[in-house]
Amino acid sequence: MMLRLDKRDFKKFLEDLMEEFDLYAPASLVEGVSVFKKIDNPEEVNLTPTLTQKPAKETFFPQSEPMFNYKTEGHKSQMKSLDEIKRERILLGARPCDIEAISIIEKVFLSEPYTDVYFLEKRKKTTLIGLGCNQPLSTCFCTSAGGGPFLRMGSDIFLIDLGGAYSVELLTEKGRLFGKNRFLKEALPEDKRQIKELEKRAFEKIGVSIPVDGIEKRLDLMTESSFWDRVHEKCVGCRICTYLCPTCHCFDIVDEGDHARGQRVRNWDSCLSSLYSLETSGHNPRPTTRERVRQRLMHKFNYFPKIFNRVACVGCGRCIQYCPVHFDIRQAIIWTSSKRPSELKT
Amino acid sequence: MKNPYLPIPMVVKKAYVETTDQMLRTLELVFLNKTDEEAFQYLPGQFCELSVLGKGEAPFGIASSPTEKSSLKFTINKAGVVTTALHHLEEGDEVGLRGPLGNHYPIDLFEGKNVLIIGGGFAFTTLRSLVVYLSHPENRSKVKEITIIYGARMPGLLLYKEELAQWEKRDDLNLVVTVDWGDKDWKGKVGLVPNVLEEIAPSSKDTYAVICGPPIMIKFTFPKLMALKFPNERIYTSLERRMKCGIGKCGRCNIGHLYVCKDGPVFSYAQLEKLPKDY
Repeated sequence: MMLRLDKRDFKKFLEDLMEEFDLYAPASLVEGVSVFKKIDNPEEVNLTPTLTQKPAKETFFPQSEPMFNYKTEGHKSQMKSLDEIKRERILLGARPCDIEAISIIEKVFLSEPYTDVYFLEKRKKTTLIGLGCNQPLSTCFCTSAGGGPFLRMGSDIFLIDLGGAYSVELLTEKGRLFGKNRFLKEALPEDKRQIKELEKRAFEKIGVSIPVDGIEKRLDLMTESSFWDRVHEKCVGCRICTYLCPTCHCFDIVDEGDHARGQRVRNWDSCLSSLYSLETSGHNPRPTTRERVRQRLMHKFNYFPKIFNRVACVGCGRCIQYCPVHFDIRQAIIWTSSKRPSELKT
Repeated sequence: MKNPYLPIPMVVKKAYVETTDQMLRTLELVFLNKTDEEAFQYLPGQFCELSVLGKGEAPFGIASSPTEKSSLKFTINKAGVVTTALHHLEEGDEVGLRGPLGNHYPIDLFEGKNVLIIGGGFAFTTLRSLVVYLSHPENRSKVKEITIIYGARMPGLLLYKEELAQWEKRDDLNLVVTVDWGDKDWKGKVGLVPNVLEEIAPSSKDTYAVICGPPIMIKFTFPKLMALKFPNERIYTSLERRMKCGIGKCGRCNIGHLYVCKDGPVFSYAQLEKLPKDY
């Protein structure tokens, strides 16, 4: 179902949503830094930046998340899981790459035989409202990574900025529940044409130039290749690419508190940290950035596809934008295809 | 829905030091809740996450065998924060447990075959589980010969000394215990595990080898198994990696596309050969 929301009604529309739901949307933390956060006031919502610094994964997989509380008296301990969330949620204004990334990390968190209850609880209680990208960035390469600036897949509702209004497409059963909202009006006849035009322009801007196709097979031959001696060289191991990556999902588990009371918390972790795989004995199976960069790239483009049939990269380009030494994952992907298959091993 | 991150409560029934260096301590744990006990079904080779609230969690192979109903046994090397806390537990204390986790030794494949078990140092824990399981009256007839080679640096560092003495007396187990350096009371073999393996030269015909020990032992034992013509598919080992969640979510213990916590910890050499040497 295709509808339209006048931008003059946007704030009131958000207020309506907030009565029933916890609303998560892009908002500026400080000048120039925008993240997905729980919205207290509709004025906060800012859909202008094409990409928030931190991805929308945080709504489902927070940077730091208490898992359970515990207290101990004498010999007896009590634990209380903190997985339950009280209110239904809406994630609004996530770009197609971020939405796709949620479906990627979902494969891990919900894969059998163990279900991650923390992720599941948030996922099933959230309606996803995606937003098309009229202005892709120079670092975007979603079209090469199986996505696109107007990919609807994964969204319950999809918004497209038409200037004075948003086009509102209700795509799923969850989305159609919003059809009766008083601010949603019938679409205008010319909306469709305008959307087509916007899509065309965005696609043309990004192009399809990064050879992600077939990378799993190419990397199969490159596990011990000298490629890795070269590709890691400028990485300083700052780990920003992994924290800002919408598909990176590694975490550490720590206890905060003492034996008597406290909580067990999980925090984002990064395979680019030397401590990540360091064992208590002192042995580290990934002792240098060479092995760690290999792990990051192989996981995204070879190991993950082997398990889940999809690369764990959506082409959002955050790792390129924010890398302090300008490591460009696109360049690494291009290098993997720049040799003839027979030469890949060396 | 069951929360796989929530530990179940266990109580320390017995705790004792195994080795003269005081670094290895065995905990015998019993379930606090009957329902947890009934739900806990395991096989040799699997592991659990033990947790001391306020300190954290760490993974340990289960040293007891499912044929021993009275308690779960873990032997813990004192190395870091969690293991030190586990060394400080006293009888009657509560400890958290998640598990059983991971896969187990391929017991089905062992049926009708000989089993060669090679262990070194404190990696002998899940191998103890395997020996006790296979030598149990219910299971002993399922496999043919059981040969065990177990080595430690010094006699005082051997685990489960009383049991080793009992196994020695059984005529349905071939047990060879060896130490790198003997002392004045040591009557057994002196020699490194790989050399002892070469010396006894068990036949690889119809035989599965299970090897578990420090990396340096594995490195030198593997060529000896090759020389005895053990095919890669019939050599199994159990790997250790730094772990957190133990259920394939947190990401850190992968070797290639396999996770030690959920696809392992038991792997065949045929499997490992195809993976990056990230271990």
